[in-house]
Amino acid sequence: MNRAEKEEYLREYGQLKAEGEPFFPYSVAKDSIIAVVVMAIIITMSIVLGAELGPKADPTSTTYVPRPEWYFFFLFELLRIIKPPELVPLATIGVPTIGLILLFLLPFYDRGAERHPLRRPVATTAGIMVIFAMGYLTYMGAAAGSPNEIEMKAPSTLTGVALVEWEKGKTVVGQSGCLACHKIGENGNDGPGPQLTHVASKLPAQAIAQTLRNPTSPMPSFKNLEEQSPEKFRAMVSFLGQLN
Amino acid sequence: MPDLKKFLPPIPDSLKLQPRRAGTNPEPETALDNAQEAGKHAAGWIDERLQLSGAVRWALFRKVPRHDWTYTLGFSVMFAFLSQAVTGVFLATAYDPSTTNAYESIRQMTNEAFLGQFLRGMHRWGSTVMVILVFLHMAQTFFYGAYKYPRELNWVIGVVLLVLTMAMSFTGYLLPFDQRSYWATIVGVNINGTGPIVGPYLSDFLRAGPEFGATTLSRFYAIHMLLVPGAIGAMVGAHLWLVMRLGTTSPPWNKPRKKADA
Repeated sequence: MNRAEKEEYLREYGQLKAEGEPFFPYSVAKDSIIAVVVMAIIITMSIVLGAELGPKADPTSTTYVPRPEWYFFFLFELLRIIKPPELVPLATIGVPTIGLILLFLLPFYDRGAERHPLRRPVATTAGIMVIFAMGYLTYMGAAAGSPNEIEMKAPSTLTGVALVEWEKGKTVVGQSGCLACHKIGENGNDGPGPQLTHVASKLPAQAIAQTLRNPTSPMPSFKNLEEQSPEKFRAMVSFLGQLN
Repeated sequence: MPDLKKFLPPIPDSLKLQPRRAGTNPEPETALDNAQEAGKHAAGWIDERLQLSGAVRWALFRKVPRHDWTYTLGFSVMFAFLSQAVTGVFLATAYDPSTTNAYESIRQMTNEAFLGQFLRGMHRWGSTVMVILVFLHMAQTFFYGAYKYPRELNWVIGVVLLVLTMAMSFTGYLLPFDQRSYWATIVGVNINGTGPIVGPYLSDFLRAGPEFGATTLSRFYAIHMLLVPGAIGAMVGAHLWLVMRLGTTSPPWNKPRKKADA
């Protein structure tokens, strides 16, 4: 806005203000009505939906679903959509950081004098698209299941003890929430983590165990599991080590 | 002056203030007169020292441009925040922020305390309502072009408040200390750790160390109920001050009824 536009705005605003209504009681009345509505909504939600409390947090447990509050779904979903590992920083750092910087600086790069949404086609279109993108990502995040079971046939080469170990590993991997971020065959979500369908052909069992102990962020470490119940950890490694 | 009478409840005739006739005795006569005089005197004493009546009169009776119902979104966010603050204080009376007792204290509050589950529900769903209202308020400001001159800095403060609200939600999620909140927080902190430059420091700060440990919960608790609410309070104060100084915008399609004398 140049100087003339600023003065024009202030003059028009002054006039609109002079023609307006006093804050009390008009705005106060409207705000009070809205306050009652907000309170009624919160109370109704509390009564109808309640406050659930899951099982107690257990650092050694393997059955968990790392699910954030729903309004973080769109951020979580970004991780899922941007799959290649070298691009993951883009999802965790790039997009949210750039989005936030753009949001902060909005009044400094959008300096036009026009305020009517229909006469600001670029801003209005961008705004609507951001709303749709966030809505879509939130929906995707809400719809993404977190199955805790893996449906898979054991390789025919396995027999006896190895087969039992494989079956056990399959259960542990399923319960450990791996599928929330990894795809194994037809199971699980493709991303944020890499596909594990053929992980054994890329990594030897030793390396898989090492990754479980010391994973790349944001994957949680399974070191606790190894210390608390080493047989579960071994089963996990042997199952993953057969995926080739 | 607006017509205030229609907003007041009906007052019985015996309690109505009667204007004193000129020439009558100015000394109080009845108990009601005494009470009136005492009230006036006390109010005058306080105002003489606080010097607030001018500011209050200005704040209440300043004119605001004609506007629609979307202009109540800002206040409803603040109201939701106040509701969170009040329910939060009640929850804090029964909550024990230690890894060994946190879950148990929440379980007791939910299942045994009088209205405990209702209170937790209000706090839990209040956060959802508040986040939705924050986004609606921001969308309204965006589409109405209300962030433009001279209100740029108020938009910036608003974005800070958005980030603080998300921080509240993130830190509050861990406190019940059930499986879901524990593991979601671990993943969330790890995601923070991948951020640029400050990322690793931020997650170390949040965890109170390189690993998720016993002090992590009390740190989240302190951030959730002291640090961020304090910052939100201060920022809301600045936000409101600017709104009052600069005035609320007019919807961009409203034009002055009579042309400016230019």
